[in-house]
Amino acid sequence: MSDIEETDGSEGAEVASGPVAPHRVIGTPPPAPRLLGGGTEPAAAGSESAVSSESAGGVAVADHDEELRQPTEAEIQRGNRAEKVVVACFVIAFLAGCGFIAAYIGLPVGLDRLGPGGSTLDAALRSNLALGTSLSVALLALGLGALLWVRLLMPEVEIVEERHELQSAPADRAAFAETFKQGAGYSQFVKRPLVRRSLILGTLPLVAAPLVLLRDMGPLPGTSLRHTVWSPGRRLLVYGTNTPITPADFSAPGSMITIVPEGYEDDPDALVKAGVILIKFRPGELDIPVRTQGSTLVGTMNWTVDNIVAYSKICTHIGCPVALYEQTTHHILCPCHQSTFDASTGATVIFGPAARPLPQLPMTVNTDGYLVAKSDFTQPVGPSFWERG
Amino acid sequence: MSWINARRRRPVAGYAALVLGLVVVGLLYGAFTRSSGSAQASSPPASQSDINTGKDLFDATCSSCHGLDAQGTSQGPSLIGAGAAAVNFQVSTGRMPAKEVGAENERKPPVFNAQQIAELGDYVASLGGGPTVPDAQQVATSGANTALGEQLFSANCAQCHGFAGAGGALTYGKDAPPLTEASPTQIYEAMLTGPEAMPVFGDGSINPSAKRDIIAYIVATRKEPNPGGFSLGRTGPVTEGLVVFLGGMGFLVIIAMWITYKRRDPRPQGTE
Repeated sequence: MSDIEETDGSEGAEVASGPVAPHRVIGTPPPAPRLLGGGTEPAAAGSESAVSSESAGGVAVADHDEELRQPTEAEIQRGNRAEKVVVACFVIAFLAGCGFIAAYIGLPVGLDRLGPGGSTLDAALRSNLALGTSLSVALLALGLGALLWVRLLMPEVEIVEERHELQSAPADRAAFAETFKQGAGYSQFVKRPLVRRSLILGTLPLVAAPLVLLRDMGPLPGTSLRHTVWSPGRRLLVYGTNTPITPADFSAPGSMITIVPEGYEDDPDALVKAGVILIKFRPGELDIPVRTQGSTLVGTMNWTVDNIVAYSKICTHIGCPVALYEQTTHHILCPCHQSTFDASTGATVIFGPAARPLPQLPMTVNTDGYLVAKSDFTQPVGPSFWERG
Repeated sequence: MSWINARRRRPVAGYAALVLGLVVVGLLYGAFTRSSGSAQASSPPASQSDINTGKDLFDATCSSCHGLDAQGTSQGPSLIGAGAAAVNFQVSTGRMPAKEVGAENERKPPVFNAQQIAELGDYVASLGGGPTVPDAQQVATSGANTALGEQLFSANCAQCHGFAGAGGALTYGKDAPPLTEASPTQIYEAMLTGPEAMPVFGDGSINPSAKRDIIAYIVATRKEPNPGGFSLGRTGPVTEGLVVFLGGMGFLVIIAMWITYKRRDPRPQGTE
């Protein structure tokens, strides 16, 4: 018995009156580990042997005695009071459960059941609140009732349950092996190889079938990951209002706006790759070095117009939209994983998990003065993929 | 220490430590959330006397950082061309006069009244023009297209201010403020002038009508009910997860401790 408070002064009375009651610190395992081995080894070790002078079997005997002891009058009284509390918990659980059913039937959600003029949001609010409250009260009351039952009514003794060995008896195992051999002989599985091999042949197509089913997972992406819908001369439109924009419209330094390609304003499939942010700098702030990837040009000041630069809005980490632009620091921050790009130097990565700068969209002005794309992005937008290299 | 040593093994000590931990976390959370007042401003017509009064106010309270002629110093930027809208936004939200020089200023109760703010704005506008304070018509939310406002807000504002305008984190410790207390005029001015780290959303890219739609959307989100129950500031899954983790898990830990807690038998053993 692991009595940690052996020397605690406040327990002097108990120590004096007899063996110390088994006291366990919350969370520690019970001090009776003789589940296997039939009690031949004393459970107590080292310093504890002084307290448990009896053999290990003594604990079980003491528990057994306690189990047999008749409850005192005060304990019976306490038990009767506890019984009422437990019953009250279960009655509350019953009422709350009935309330759950009533709320489910009585509080409709959905326009078809609310009738004209009903607010689906308000209805959902009422329904959620009633269903959640009643269900949680019911479950909590059930659990609390069961707990109080165990703690207040059941005897507080530790009962050791012996566990038999997991291994079967040798005779059983021998009998099984014998039966198995006999069955194999009767089936002639070994004797007739033609049957055996044709069975294996029969199952082969079904084993291979899942591999064939995989081909319906869609066509391979091909080169679609490398291109967006941007093309030479395609105008830049302000997302939402779908209006074309001129450098004069975008003249205030520190401006930022989300841009979509003309002709694909409402095409979500195209926009997930073609989204662009447009940023206006003060003269002298923007300094994009000429950057190449192999023989491909991927960033240059020649692609900007009047200190306006266009970057892909798709993060090169895992494709979140990056529009968190700070005009004071020129940082573009991806809110998903805090990749930070410096917009003034070609959206180079200055922090976070992104591996590459945001691709820059080559941009120019058409004869009407509107901002248009010079070409598609010269490198794939968005997250890395296997064949990208 | 001996007092703690004598008691730390008691059953109650576990609960006490848990409660203490929860209280500490709660206090920390309280310390990091903020509260602030609200402000409103109007724009009476400018006159030379207003400009002169504004200059007096400026010289007394702003010139130490922005310079005697608002030309800017090492402590504060030039305000020439900043416009009355920027002045109205900064002063009516209490961000200016600033408590200290830095990249960010917190919203706080304004120091000046509406009249004084207008005079300051008139003075700064007289130095070099700039965006003007929008009139009531420009920020009226009735009849605005909240659906378009939502579209524009999601694409351009939600990254920093959150989908419900509850604010969010920026780089290097800065943060975007919640939009829950900003007046329509202040939201309009913020878009027009781009205060602090916020980019400018000029009339060329987001026209005045679209600005009105965005404002209408922001105002409309404030009135939306929360069908999920407690909104927890509408800042999203992080706060919700934190509350579930600390509150829910803490509750479960207490219950688990209570289940395994063995009552000490008051009867002496072996005396039957």
